[in-house]
Amino acid sequence: MDLYQEIILDHSKRPHHAGLREPFNAQVHHINPTCGDEVTLRVQLRGEGRSAVVADLSYEALGCAISTASTSVLADEVTGHSVEDALTTLAAMRRMLTSKGSDSGDEEEIGDGVAFAGVSKYPARVKCALLGWTAFTDALARAGVDITATLTSNPLTSDPIASDTTASDTIANSTIAGNT
Amino acid sequence: MTDVTLTGAFTTEESAAIRGDFAILSRSVRDGKPLVYLDSGATSHKPRQVLDAERAFYEEHNSAVHRGAHQLAEEATDAFESARETIAHFIGAPAREVVFTKNATEALNLVAYAISNAAAPGAMDGVDPVLAARFALGKGDEIVITEMEHHANLVPWQELARRSGATLRWIGITDDGRLNLDDLDTVITDRTKIVAFTHVSNVLGTINPVAAIVERARAVGALTVMDACQSVPHLAVDVADLGVDFLAFSGHKMLGPMGVGVLWGRYDLLAAMPPFLTGGSMIEDVRMEGTTYAAPPQRFEAGVPMAAQAVGLAAACDYLTALGMPRVTAHEHALTEALLAGLAQRPWVHVVGPVDGQNRSGAVAFVVDGVHPHDVGQILDDAGVAVRVGHHCAWPLHRRMNVTATTRASFAAYNTLAEVDTLLSALDRVPALFGVAI
Repeated sequence: MDLYQEIILDHSKRPHHAGLREPFNAQVHHINPTCGDEVTLRVQLRGEGRSAVVADLSYEALGCAISTASTSVLADEVTGHSVEDALTTLAAMRRMLTSKGSDSGDEEEIGDGVAFAGVSKYPARVKCALLGWTAFTDALARAGVDITATLTSNPLTSDPIASDTTASDTIANSTIAGNT
Repeated sequence: MTDVTLTGAFTTEESAAIRGDFAILSRSVRDGKPLVYLDSGATSHKPRQVLDAERAFYEEHNSAVHRGAHQLAEEATDAFESARETIAHFIGAPAREVVFTKNATEALNLVAYAISNAAAPGAMDGVDPVLAARFALGKGDEIVITEMEHHANLVPWQELARRSGATLRWIGITDDGRLNLDDLDTVITDRTKIVAFTHVSNVLGTINPVAAIVERARAVGALTVMDACQSVPHLAVDVADLGVDFLAFSGHKMLGPMGVGVLWGRYDLLAAMPPFLTGGSMIEDVRMEGTTYAAPPQRFEAGVPMAAQAVGLAAACDYLTALGMPRVTAHEHALTEALLAGLAQRPWVHVVGPVDGQNRSGAVAFVVDGVHPHDVGQILDDAGVAVRVGHHCAWPLHRRMNVTATTRASFAAYNTLAEVDTLLSALDRVPALFGVAI
C-alpha cells in the first residue's frame, strides 16, 4: 500500500520539534472526535501580522502515524518562515489532501508533505493528516493573526472533512502565559 | 487453523449457505481482495430475505400506516403490525410493549425525555401516584450508569441529570473489563431512581451480570433501562427472564435495515409515561386547547412510521430464528475463542476486555504495542479485512482502560474461522512495518 511511505514512518517514530516549549503566544488543544487523537500545539511569533515569523512551533501529539508524522512535517515546514508563507504551505497541503488523489503535491511548497499524497485516497484518514495543521491555523488566529483572507480565498478550507475535524476544546492561553 | 471447540458452530456447508444469502460478502475490496467483514458490531449486513421483504412491502402494499381506509392502507397497517408481533415474539414480549424508533439511540432518549416531560405540570395527571413517583426525578435523586456504556446510553443520562438536577453516578470496571460488582451496593442506593446499563459491552464483549444488577435496582425501587444493541443480535434474549423495565436495540445490527430500532417497555410503565415526540398518530383527541394521547405503543410513534424497515426487521428476526439463536451464539462463540487464542499467541497484542471466552460475546478489541489502532486497522483494511478503529463511541471506557483507542473485530453468523485466520495473518504484517520488536 502507498499510504505508509518511509518518510511518514520516520517522522512518526521520531517527530521533529516535538515537545511543549516556552515562550508561546498561543496554545490550542485539538481533538479528532472520531478516534480520540489529540494534539496540544503552541506557536510563538516574532513580529506583527502576516509578515511575522513563526519563531517556534511546539507540540505534544497523541495519535496515529499519519497524524503524528503530519504534525512533525508541519513543524519542519513553518518554523522560521513568515506567517504568509506558512499559510500558503497550509493551503497547498490542504489542497493535496482533499484532492482524492488528483493532486500529488509540490515538494517546493510542502516539503516532506508530498509523502502524504497517498492519504488523499483514504477519505477517513484525511482528518488524521489535517489535525496538526488545523490546530496550527487556530493557534495563529488566537495569537492575533488575521487568517480570514486565507480562509475565504481558499475554497477547500470549507471542505466539511477539514472543517469539522477538530471543533472541540480549544483553549487560547496567551493571556494565561503572559510571556510574549 | 486455530484449534477450537466447534460445538454448535455452523458446518462448512451451512456457512456457505448462509453466506450465499448476503450478496455483499462476495464482493472484493482494495484491489481485488475478498471482503472479510469483521465489523458487524457497528452494523451487520442484510440477507436477501430482508431486502426482499422491504422491496415486497414497497412494491405490493406501500401506504402510510394507521391512516386511510383504502385497501393498501389496510395492508400496509397489517404488515406493520404483524412485524411488531414478530419482533415482540423474538424477545418474548407482547406486541403492545414494542415501540418502533428510528434506532436504539432514539429509544434510549425516548425514555430519558419522557422522564423529563413527566416533571411538567399536569403531565402525570390520572396516573397512579405510586407509579408516577417512579418517574419523578429531581435534586437529591441519582441516575446510575456504568463506565462501559456506549455514548448512546451515557450522554442521554448526563443530559437528563443536567436538566433535572439529579446526580449521575456510575459502576466502575475492573482491569480485565468486567463490571466491578463490589460497587453495586454503594452506588445503587435509596436515592437511585434509574439504573441504565448495557447487556453486552460493544467494546469489551463483556456479558454483564444482569440478575445481580436488576436485583439491587429493584430492592431500591429504581427503574432499569438496558442497552441490548449487542445482545439481541447474538444471544437469545427474553425480556421476562431479564427482569428489566426497558430495553433498547437497533435493527441494523441484527441483519435488519437501517432506520428502525425498538424500545421495549413494561406496559404499565409505558402507559404511565408522557410522550417524547408529538404530532400525528400519537393522539387520542386534539382540540385547539389541548391534546390527549393514544395508548402505547402508538403514543410514542409520532408521524408516519418506518413501515418498510419494520417489515424488514421482522424478516431479520425470522431469518435468525430459522438459523436458531443458540446456533448463532455457539458459532460466534467459536469464532471468538479462535480469535482470542490467536491473539494470545502474539505477545505484542493486548486484548482490551476479558481474555477468556466466559460470559463474553463476539466483540474483541485489542491494541498492538507501539502502533496506533488506526494504523493497525489500515493494514488490516489493505488485506481486505474490515474492522472498527477508534473509541467505538465509548470514550470514558477507553480512558478507564488507559488506551486512546482500540482496533475491534466483531462477528455475526456469516463469519467463518477462515476469516479469523485472514485477520491474524494480516495482523502479522504490522510489527515489521512499524518497526515494533516482537
